[in-house]
Amino acid sequence: MVEFMLPANSKITKGKTVRAPAGATRIKNFKVYRFDPDSGENPRWDIFEVDLDTCGPMVLDALLKIKNEMDSTLAFRRSCREGVCGSCAFNIGDSVGGTNTLACTKPIDDIKGDITISPLPHLPVIKDLVADLSVPYAQYTSIEPWLQADTPPPPGERLQSPEEREKLDGLWECILCFCCQTSCPSYWWNGDRYLGAAILLQSYRWIADSRDEATGKRLDDLDDPFKLYRCHTIMNCTSTCPKGLNPGKAIGEIKTALIKRR
Amino acid sequence: MEFRSTLRKVRGRGLSTEGGVGHWWAERITAIALVPLTLWFVVSAISMVDADHATFSHWVGAEGNPVLLILLTIAVYQHGHLALQVIIEDYIHHEAAHFTALIAVKLGAFFLAVFTIFSIAKLAFGG
Repeated sequence: MVEFMLPANSKITKGKTVRAPAGATRIKNFKVYRFDPDSGENPRWDIFEVDLDTCGPMVLDALLKIKNEMDSTLAFRRSCREGVCGSCAFNIGDSVGGTNTLACTKPIDDIKGDITISPLPHLPVIKDLVADLSVPYAQYTSIEPWLQADTPPPPGERLQSPEEREKLDGLWECILCFCCQTSCPSYWWNGDRYLGAAILLQSYRWIADSRDEATGKRLDDLDDPFKLYRCHTIMNCTSTCPKGLNPGKAIGEIKTALIKRR
Repeated sequence: MEFRSTLRKVRGRGLSTEGGVGHWWAERITAIALVPLTLWFVVSAISMVDADHATFSHWVGAEGNPVLLILLTIAVYQHGHLALQVIIEDYIHHEAAHFTALIAVKLGAFFLAVFTIFSIAKLAFGG
């Protein structure tokens, strides 16, 4: 059966609290998931009191401040700090619950009370906020995400009309942060066989591309009860996407394309 | 211990030989059929809340009703067993339990459908 409870060695314990420097006036608590595979200990919640007067406006700014000034052992991925690279995707929220989003584009002021930060859900954790993305990456490889055409390329470029190019809007912007992928209960239960929202959106990006000649093969490869049809239109993917994209709609378009060729 | 590459794990046994679109399409078609059939059945059932057995048997045999009842039966069990299959595939990952549940649902739905259709025919034509 599906496991609804965390295994004993994954139960999160109470960790340490790192106080803000004396004299800090605008303190915000950041409750951060910590896990060190080398220690053999259970994961824990550490609380960092961050002085917002000396911190940038985004959640990533606070994480960088924590790493630079309070605890250099905190591990997390980050790179562009402007919502383009997709590295700093975490589950960020208040004490009640969070949503998957990018720390670099999430303003601290958006969250009332304490801020909770944990790794993307239901992936193996490598350390602290670093989740193991090897399965989503392999799934991305499996859909052959490149232009496939038998027609030899013309001199110059393969042309598209503005209307044909428009069909890629809402698809090309995906930065593969996997916020949508890991927000989906279907992906939690069947992540080994269900391709997930991000990969299906990427797959549709090539199906919708007027220059690609492998549409039939791409659809053949998706006509499977697990790869595609584990999507039960829960729509967590669309509501959590930090880029405002609609993976649920892209999956619907793939299902429509499969119906049209029946 | 596993030394298989992640890509090998993800590709797994390849595509299901049953395909996916047929199951999905059949679920939608039966759902559409169930909208008018269920409405008709619920309205009819409410109108017969106080009816005795003879009145009910007469209604089952009345013109058109046996056909609609049999269509409702087929749509209910077809839709129901397809939906239960999805739930089993979602949640039951232990291989033996998975296939036992799938077989039980398919045989159970088939048996109940035949039993229901036989009962309708008996009420409508045999009494």
